[in-house]
Amino acid sequence: MSLESDLQKGLVAQSTHLDRLINLENTNVDDLLQRLGMMQSIRTVENKIAEMRRVGKIGGPVHLGAGQEAIAVGISKHLRMSDRIFSAHRSHAHLLALGSDPKALFAEVLGRSTGLTKGMGGSMHLWDEANGFYGSVPIVAGTVPLAVGAGLAAKMKGTSDIAVAYFGDGAAEEGVVHESLNLASQLKIPVLFICENNLFSSHMHISQRQPLQSVARFAIANGIKYRVVDGNNLIDVDSAALELIQYARTGNGPVFIEAVTYRQFGHVDWRDDIDVGVNRSSEDLATWRNRDPITRLTRALIALEPELQQVIAEKQVEISVATDADWDLAEKDPFPSADALLGTVYSKASK
Amino acid sequence: MKDRVQTDYGTAIRDAFAYLLENHSDVFVIGQGLWSPWYVGNSMTNLDKDFGVDRIIDTPVSESACTGAAVGAAIAGMKPIVVHPRMDFMLYAMDSIVNEAAKWSSMMGGQASAGVTVRAIINRGGEQGAQHSQSLHSWFAHVPGLRVVMPANVADARDLLIASVLSKDPVIYIDDRWLYSQTEELKPIIERDLALEGPQVTRIGSQATLVGAGYSAKLCEDASILLAIDGIDVEVVDVRILNPFDASKIVASVNKTGRLVVVDGGWGNSGFAAEVMASVVEQIGPTSLKSSPKRVTLPPAPAPACSVLEEIYYTKATDVVEAVKAILK
Repeated sequence: MSLESDLQKGLVAQSTHLDRLINLENTNVDDLLQRLGMMQSIRTVENKIAEMRRVGKIGGPVHLGAGQEAIAVGISKHLRMSDRIFSAHRSHAHLLALGSDPKALFAEVLGRSTGLTKGMGGSMHLWDEANGFYGSVPIVAGTVPLAVGAGLAAKMKGTSDIAVAYFGDGAAEEGVVHESLNLASQLKIPVLFICENNLFSSHMHISQRQPLQSVARFAIANGIKYRVVDGNNLIDVDSAALELIQYARTGNGPVFIEAVTYRQFGHVDWRDDIDVGVNRSSEDLATWRNRDPITRLTRALIALEPELQQVIAEKQVEISVATDADWDLAEKDPFPSADALLGTVYSKASK
Repeated sequence: MKDRVQTDYGTAIRDAFAYLLENHSDVFVIGQGLWSPWYVGNSMTNLDKDFGVDRIIDTPVSESACTGAAVGAAIAGMKPIVVHPRMDFMLYAMDSIVNEAAKWSSMMGGQASAGVTVRAIINRGGEQGAQHSQSLHSWFAHVPGLRVVMPANVADARDLLIASVLSKDPVIYIDDRWLYSQTEELKPIIERDLALEGPQVTRIGSQATLVGAGYSAKLCEDASILLAIDGIDVEVVDVRILNPFDASKIVASVNKTGRLVVVDGGWGNSGFAAEVMASVVEQIGPTSLKSSPKRVTLPPAPAPACSVLEEIYYTKATDVVEAVKAILK
């Protein structure tokens, strides 16, 4: 059975789709190691944020995507600096996979003036134009129509750039997503709609919110080319991204990827959230930790070349040291001055 | 002598669109009814034919996504104008306007802004009832980050639309169909910085200050003429820019006249008229008022459909005249 049909029947948690050994035929080991390194780096940064939030060094809420890294890393390889990427509350991986500086993210969650949004946005409002990251906001689905507009701008300028809208399965319940899919399809706007279906919106399992569990049905309804992929398998995400992004770049209109995944932390902050909602048991969590995208890719690489175990372990040590150093630097940065409060509400008068 | 060319309000708006589309390649227009613009009087006639359907984009029935797309295009560097032929329908788009566009510059640390223009048309009367009638400018004037513009005369209809679109900030530009029949002789276009525009005294007087925005400014003007017939001399201030709001000219006027009547096409409770009055009261000396200030606003009810009730519901110049006479007693 296909992932899509099993997903619709609610069988993903029981099925073996997401457990199988990743097939590394026709792949380049150096490239995979580099991308595994990016996934490790994102995980390490988020674990650091989780820990610092737990001990009270971070004052505001953080929505962590640990367990979902393969999606952003699989997609970002096929993006250009001139593409425009929009995200939502759980956005750290989307940002970092573009090559954004972890230290600037740390500074932002600490509210420092050196942060990605100068200490004005925090974890939920991020911006990194130099790397193509055109903003994340926590209003569910808020950036989906914005990405359509950025795609429209790229099309009007005659470029082959695309826009990317990252959103979750919860956002698929918002009306504006359906308007956006219809509008983008009708006007043939180059947008990649990428739905990370992690089966939860806050505390509610998708079975408690939608009659069918595969959100790709909304792509079908709007005549949009789509793929449903195992979001914890970098190779699956990569091949869908390669094909669909090329399709969008060449004037064929929007594309849609549904990537099935699971968040290992709760909705917000560092807890497991096994005590809220109905369907997030500690057994489920253990099942999904076994499907961890980093673990699975590591397993496949070692199966291919056993000596890579050492290489990957050494890389992790290097990343951990660098991440701690970034954090220590960010903590020393200054807070914004009081005039930042009113300074950017409006643009400055021209004369 | 050659006749001077008179331009009407709707044509002035169309002139602004044409100027922007001719001179600024990043400008485009998106909204419903743009290829058949009977919705918007004569204010957009044939723009699709003159500038092409790729820049004048008629859309699905999707106020929310279309406004969001305009905001996203603005963040990506374009200068979009999204048109809502009736403000009532624009409420579907509140997230994109209030949560995204208004806050983008501040929450992104001033590194980007959503320089979108949202043209919201007030289109009421004619037995259209509660949902084809609303003047919701006060809602938007409450939100930091939005500029709210209500042109009351023909020159402003043109020049403030151009300034709105060229502004880097998100602008709610509100025009009222009841103003469209006005005519004026227009000067050549000069691009202006919206950040430098504000309230203007449009009639100098001594006995009371009348304040209004958009059609309410016209009601103040009309009332001032009726009052002059009765020998009452009032000053009129056209607010023009409701947010960010600079009350200084109104305060100066009330300091001179000692009396204030604020006319607003919206409801009274928590409305823009209250903001005008509060700003004046806060800034004026405690002995400067000769009588209690007064608001003339809509009754606290949705607009009725039947013409008999409509006649009672909407403010007329004679209502303003009565309000002024009441505080002069």
